[in-house]
Amino acid sequence: MLKIDNLHAEIGGTQILNGLTLEVGAGEVHAIMGPNGAGKSTLAYVLGGRPGYVVTGGSVTFDGKDLLDMEPHERAAAGLFLGFQYPVEIPGVSNVQFLREALNAQRKARGQEPLSGGEFLKLAREKAGLLKLDMDMLKRNVNVGFSGGEKKRAEMVHMGILDPKLAVLDETDSGLDIDALRIVGEGINAIMRQPHKGVLLITHYQRLLDYVRPDFVHVLSKGRIIKTGDATLAHRLEEEGYDEVVAA
Amino acid sequence: MSDHLPTIRDEEWRYADADVLERLAPATFDQWKDIELAPGETRCHCMVVGSDKPELHRIRLLVGAGARAELFVLNSGDDYTRVECVVALAEGAHFEFGGVTIGGGTATREFVTRLDHGAPDATSNQVVRAVHWGQATGNFLGRIDVGRNGQRTDAAQDFKGLLLEKGASTNAKPELEIYADDVKCAHGAAIGQLDEQARYYMASRGIPPETAKQLLIRAFIADAFAALEDDAERERLFETALATLGERV
Repeated sequence: MLKIDNLHAEIGGTQILNGLTLEVGAGEVHAIMGPNGAGKSTLAYVLGGRPGYVVTGGSVTFDGKDLLDMEPHERAAAGLFLGFQYPVEIPGVSNVQFLREALNAQRKARGQEPLSGGEFLKLAREKAGLLKLDMDMLKRNVNVGFSGGEKKRAEMVHMGILDPKLAVLDETDSGLDIDALRIVGEGINAIMRQPHKGVLLITHYQRLLDYVRPDFVHVLSKGRIIKTGDATLAHRLEEEGYDEVVAA
Repeated sequence: MSDHLPTIRDEEWRYADADVLERLAPATFDQWKDIELAPGETRCHCMVVGSDKPELHRIRLLVGAGARAELFVLNSGDDYTRVECVVALAEGAHFEFGGVTIGGGTATREFVTRLDHGAPDATSNQVVRAVHWGQATGNFLGRIDVGRNGQRTDAAQDFKGLLLEKGASTNAKPELEIYADDVKCAHGAAIGQLDEQARYYMASRGIPPETAKQLLIRAFIADAFAALEDDAERERLFETALATLGERV
């Protein structure tokens, strides 16, 4: 589904990714862990096409198409979802309006009919319920006045409504309390644990992986993947630290 | 008749288009529209102004005791377009003003208001938003005079400018003269660009750049028309404002 081959990228003239290679197949959950500054968030933004992140080498294909050749909104329409470490506040634009525009723009790009207001609200209510987010929150402006945990749950409601093929989730677990972590973890499973979907979870901690069990765990360091294992690798990292595990 | 024709040396005309002022017929400057609200009366008026010719709209408002005057203006002219509003508030009267200047080209679009809070307990609220591109300019000159008898005046003025391109500009000039001691006068002005983070966030959810820009600009100007209760009129002002963006692409 997602094929990253020898990816090099820089921001502001500083090389961050140095030959990263990774493949995510359908039905798989991959976790990427690594110390601060390893390039985890950069990987997420490069996949999402954020302005300022310059690819200097390598390739990324998504469902056989050149992902790097697409505009950010085209990547979303192709089925890529990026979960933000710091979700953005948009004063004056309600979640409902934002998400309906987003979903219908994606549907239009895929040649599907737009959803009516009523159909959209029904879908939004269902997905908000899944993440235990009050529907009133969705009537408020995008992320404005939301707590850290509410922002992350709202992001997962975005994901539920947009129903992507591949989710790249950048530290979705940061800023969550214990209950919210479980709700978000179960939300990810409900939305993305399907044979035709894939997940790339970027995280610092093992705890989210207790809820969303990864099939593969990768250690990212200095812009490339230096170790790959199964779910037990995350436990070892938590117990022993990056230096120990990588040296072993 | 004015004692002299205005030039940009006059304080209230300092950001006007000097070339246009020289070309206008002298009589143009004397065309004041006088409106008087009886005590206790409420009146709301919406205007869309601007064309391919210079326009001057000069309004004098007398707001009677306890009356409420609401004025909402969309200024999207392709040439110099000025809306000037001189308001005298009687005791306990309220003046509500919502104005949007929007457009590109080389035009100057401006609101000039002068509020006379000469009587006690009068209130006013002015919200102006300016969205410009090309070499266009959007101005708001808001003067508030609180006279000796204007105790318990509550006057607010809020201006925000959004510049979509390098070369566009806005000028904001709040001017408060206060001679009473029990008075609230709030004013704020800010000028900025479209929020790049918000644009990218929208793109990451599948919203194309042009739609994102429309949504953000609509959100930006929304405050100016927030006090307008007539939903249909508000929607008409929004649609007309956003249609000027279409001419841009």
